Amino acid sequence: MSAEIAEKPLVAKPAEPLLSKRRKKLVTDPLIDDNPVTVQVLGICSALAVTTQMKPTLVMAISVIFVVALSNFAISLMRNTIPSRIRIIVQLAVVATLVTLVSEFLKAFSYDMYKELSVFIGLIITNCIVMGRLEAFAMGNKPYDSMLDGLGSALGYSWIILTVAFFRELWGSGSVFGVPVFEYVSSLFGPDFKLATNGLMVTPVGAFIILGLIVWVQRTKTGYVEH
Amino acid sequence: MQQSNTYIIVYSAVLTIILGLLLSGSAQVLGPWQRDAIALDKKKQILGAVISAEKIAGMTPEDVKAFYASRISPIVVDISGKEITEGGITAEKVEIAKDYKKPAEERAYPVYIFHAEGKPDQIESYIFPMYGAGLWDAIWGYVALKTDLNTIAGITLAHASETPGLGARITEGKVQERYIDKKIFDESGALIAVMMQKGEGKNYDSDAHKVDGMSGATITGNGVNTMLKSYMGCYEAYIKSKTASKAVAIL
Repeated sequence: MSAEIAEKPLVAKPAEPLLSKRRKKLVTDPLIDDNPVTVQVLGICSALAVTTQMKPTLVMAISVIFVVALSNFAISLMRNTIPSRIRIIVQLAVVATLVTLVSEFLKAFSYDMYKELSVFIGLIITNCIVMGRLEAFAMGNKPYDSMLDGLGSALGYSWIILTVAFFRELWGSGSVFGVPVFEYVSSLFGPDFKLATNGLMVTPVGAFIILGLIVWVQRTKTGYVEH
Repeated sequence: MQQSNTYIIVYSAVLTIILGLLLSGSAQVLGPWQRDAIALDKKKQILGAVISAEKIAGMTPEDVKAFYASRISPIVVDISGKEITEGGITAEKVEIAKDYKKPAEERAYPVYIFHAEGKPDQIESYIFPMYGAGLWDAIWGYVALKTDLNTIAGITLAHASETPGLGARITEGKVQERYIDKKIFDESGALIAVMMQKGEGKNYDSDAHKVDGMSGATITGNGVNTMLKSYMGCYEAYIKSKTASKAVAIL
């Protein structure tokens, strides 16, 4: 047996650096040029639902980053064994397990967040970004690359929803991360001055408007055109 | 690659077992923290009926526990208003959600007595838990009555899965404030409770038994009404025995 191994000449292929140019592109591409929300228009439902305030949005973003990166990694590890006829079910089972883990962790360590977000955390399972990356990337690429790809997509999603949440909370509730900014700014201009908040921003309509503006600005900059 | 049916079946079975073990394992490990978190949340809800949500939000978990321990003394009563002391039953052990399924006569009813710090005799209000059905799933809450055991001092309402922006608004302070200073009994002492009305935007200041409704959430509102009235009915014997003894004391 040992002789057999010795016979095979080991071709030393130089290992790709941990963060090579190609790998960096995996992470950075979905941030702007191929953003899952503004370019691929995926994950809109949760972008509307959770973004009234910064804090729950941040928790949602972290949860999505965790789920997308790890499910991409896990599915990519299993990709050669997954029977093609039940691959969607297998993907769903893995994603659902990760999502349940996130929700159990929140329940144990941040119960208020759990109460507020449990419905939406459960819905990460159906977030198109997750299944989309699994089918499009993880099923055909190596684990580490897949994890980077998932990380990139999730970060692209995260910065968009955090931006939306920033404006919605600022204009809708007059605060940022619960800090009453409007109250403070108003007090600088004297006792009778009061910055008004806009109730529209608290409703999903507000998210549509902000999201539309972000898409507009971004496409003006990148010159991206829908085909 | 086309796999055989056997491969697919074995593959799914193994995957199910692995994922199942992972999930039940994590539930086991996280269990104690989750139970702590739920117990703390219950205390916050009980206190929510007597102190403002902002004040609770500013308290650390230790603060909440200490405040609860020094200001709340819970007892358990039965449908006839008698205090249950035998069998090691405590208010913490009573699960309203489970008891809700039993007939009203067999349930145990906790009463959380809110009193001045360290002085259990100086009662400020009585907090009664309640449980019922909203539009989609369970709703529950705590109502605090002032020492006349008729005027509402405060209420907290919570829900499992009412519609966000509609029925879920019962958790908002603005909705709950509408109940303050409303009355449970009319002048003759008959149980009327407080009824949330259909529609929103009317002023019910002059009516002690009506509050403004939530637009688009009439069924949730009706659920709250039914819950409040039925639980106040269950506590009626206890309330009457308290007010009667007080009347005797005055005489």
